[in-house]
Amino acid sequence: MTVTSIVKDPQALTLTLTADFDAPVEAVWQVWADPRKLERWWGPPTYPATVVDHDLRPGGRVAYVMTGPEGDRHGGWWRLVEVDAPTRLVFEDGFADEAGAPNPEMPTVEITVTLVARPDGGTTMTTLSRFPSLEALEQLAAMGMEEGMRLAAGQIDALL
Amino acid sequence: MVVCCLEAGHADRVFQALADATRRDILARVLRADVTVSGLARHYPVSFAAIQKHVAVLERAELVTKERRGRERLVRGNAEAIRRARRLLDELEVVWRDRVDRIEAVLADPDRGADR
Repeated sequence: MTVTSIVKDPQALTLTLTADFDAPVEAVWQVWADPRKLERWWGPPTYPATVVDHDLRPGGRVAYVMTGPEGDRHGGWWRLVEVDAPTRLVFEDGFADEAGAPNPEMPTVEITVTLVARPDGGTTMTTLSRFPSLEALEQLAAMGMEEGMRLAAGQIDALL
Repeated sequence: MVVCCLEAGHADRVFQALADATRRDILARVLRADVTVSGLARHYPVSFAAIQKHVAVLERAELVTKERRGRERLVRGNAEAIRRARRLLDELEVVWRDRVDRIEAVLADPDRGADR
């Protein structure tokens, strides 16, 4: 099992995931710090992401565009709050329009990533997502579900 | 696309209700266990009437309900809002679990991205 724990606090509106990887901390850091690696996992496979901006410094910005099966494009951005390579990353994650301009109508999520070396050479990664309000959570879940449904639809397409 | 939950007027009432530290504290208390209005009043250095007003604001925002029990009024947190949050967190859990699976695939084959 890679994911070792999930803690959901419905009052604080946080989701904390802990996962163990066999790779060392530096390698796990690279999946966040290397834009070519980041775009391989951030979005679902049916929505390949292209990272267009990647400035991993406090105050820096990451921008990405995901392209859907019908050629539909969806933008997103991070604003880096804390960067302490290779163990800690805090950023705000938000939605953008096709051109990459942040969409202020959509909620943002604060994500804190922590990487800790394990004695066996592996890495424990913790991601804490903090949602600003129940409404924001509803909006994001609606997007997430849509992502999930598109993913499922894509897999069915692949079978046909 | 966005499944929304609260109509605008209600959202305003919720934010207004939660803008006050005493009301947030009352809500946290009644979500843990039902408390009477006089029971609540004992916890705060303000009048019984002030607590009644705070509870009324929370009630208008549908964050709590009041129920008569004998001569007392029992205040109860709206667990439905919390249940909804829990369901939504379940959905987002799936998004993150999928991401972890994909990170694992990247770690197993770190250089594949280079020849795309």
